Amino acid sequence: MTALLEVEGLSVAFRTRRGVVQALSQASVAVQPGQLLLVVGESGSGKTVLAHTMLRLLPRNVDVSGSVRLGGQELLDLPPGVLRRLRGRRMALIPQSPASSLNPVRRLGGQLLEAAQARGLTKQQARTRLRELLDEVGLDLDVVGGRYVHQLSGGMQQRIVNAMALVGAPDVVIADEPTSGLDADLVDTTAAQLRAISARGAALVVITHDLRLAQRLGGRLALLYASRIVEVGPTAAFFAAPAHPYGRELLRALPEREGKSIPGMSPQLTALPGHCAFADRCPDRFDRCTQTVPDLYPLPGGGLARCFAHAER
Amino acid sequence: MLSAEAITKRFGGRSGAVVAVDRVSLTVERGARLGLVGPSGSGKSTLAQIIAMLLAPDSGVLTIDGDRVDTWGARCSRELRHRVQLVFQAPRIAVDPRLRIGDAILEPLAASGTLPSVADERGELLRTWATRVGLTADLLERFPHEVSEGQLQRACLARALVVRPRYLICDELSSMLDVSTQAALLETIAAVQDEQDLAVLLITHDRVLADTWCGQIADIRELSTRDQQCPPPLPSSPVSTRA
Repeated sequence: MTALLEVEGLSVAFRTRRGVVQALSQASVAVQPGQLLLVVGESGSGKTVLAHTMLRLLPRNVDVSGSVRLGGQELLDLPPGVLRRLRGRRMALIPQSPASSLNPVRRLGGQLLEAAQARGLTKQQARTRLRELLDEVGLDLDVVGGRYVHQLSGGMQQRIVNAMALVGAPDVVIADEPTSGLDADLVDTTAAQLRAISARGAALVVITHDLRLAQRLGGRLALLYASRIVEVGPTAAFFAAPAHPYGRELLRALPEREGKSIPGMSPQLTALPGHCAFADRCPDRFDRCTQTVPDLYPLPGGGLARCFAHAER
Repeated sequence: MLSAEAITKRFGGRSGAVVAVDRVSLTVERGARLGLVGPSGSGKSTLAQIIAMLLAPDSGVLTIDGDRVDTWGARCSRELRHRVQLVFQAPRIAVDPRLRIGDAILEPLAASGTLPSVADERGELLRTWATRVGLTADLLERFPHEVSEGQLQRACLARALVVRPRYLICDELSSMLDVSTQAALLETIAAVQDEQDLAVLLITHDRVLADTWCGQIADIRELSTRDQQCPPPLPSSPVSTRA
């Protein structure tokens, strides 16, 4: 069965003054309707680039190879006009930091209506749909519509951008760091809203560095390290026993576990090694790890891990 | 000892003044680790800026090791300012985008005229602190947009520690960073604490982190002396259930 959203062998490189930054290497993931995919990794590991490439929101100094297919249709060579109609209607982005993604000098009602109309709804349909969406999260369009973004709390702002993403009834929703900087109560609210999006039948991709949020949301998880997916599989299996040494060390760094940092730093994306990128920091490395880049090897629980420890021996 | 007594700060607004910090009192002993928790909007960051002498309180008394500093406001002396250093939540907007990382780390010393005049000494000082926060030499030559968020926050920590403060305030130090970088930053801070009796005020919404890392935890809502006299900080305890 072909997945609703399918990314295959995706590589993204930025041409910069300091050389070529390899932001994503040979990434493959797939999401079905109603499924949740978590993309987890540290800053600079390639998670946001993956999300933005799915929507083709990329600057000009970029080289992309591989494939991103939505319902079987290749997105990477669609003309901009067609792509624009697809964004918001079939695929929507919940941006990082709602406060800075909303226009500070316009009332929210106008912005919400504009977003809905850009998705092809008439003014009347837009109002009805927005009223429903905001109702579900305890907001009244007539009240918040008259406000400016700075007049709302962080949690209300989050609900507004969620509604904006959902107004076109998209098949795929991509949320970029939805809880960054929110306090515990708001993280709970946001997690509940994300689960509700997935329950509506949309395919949901959540980009996050927040491991506790990831554990709470479940679904499937792809762990990125230095531009590559190093482990992918059921989220519960990852938290029970991560297969890749990076995942293991990352979980140990949680304050409630050992709070112990991983020695060393991840490699520069301009000079990625020709072997396992984690080898230098890995407590379990052996000779082969510093010779070639490992493939993704299948795990007993149905996942994959990019580690020679799981290669057939 | 750092002591804040009945600190109040209001911000004006067309719809009336907002009381951001309402008669908050707290003390931080030398070498202590105090976790400051509370929901968004409860005044934690405003209090941090007041304690770091970046904002003058409307009323209240702030003393640092016996010196009263609340009345100084923006004219507070460098020496006093160096006693308290603040690491901000978002490193991207906390560093000058035109300064190389190495220069950013030494900037507080340059600004106060205490930067070693011999180039070798400067280099040595920079290398020492860069190594302690886990930054490699090549990163020191880069501009902020050329390094990751985690590397930048490491630089911000080095910039705060290079003046050898007595009190370090970390305002949501790691809410934008992965857990391993968070652990690395806290390990560096702990090592410096062991050496120089540094006190840390850790502002966080991560109650688990506060519980595991801090000796004491205080909820800012319970530090207000509106209706009581200076309560002691709360002992470390499970998540508060108040709404």
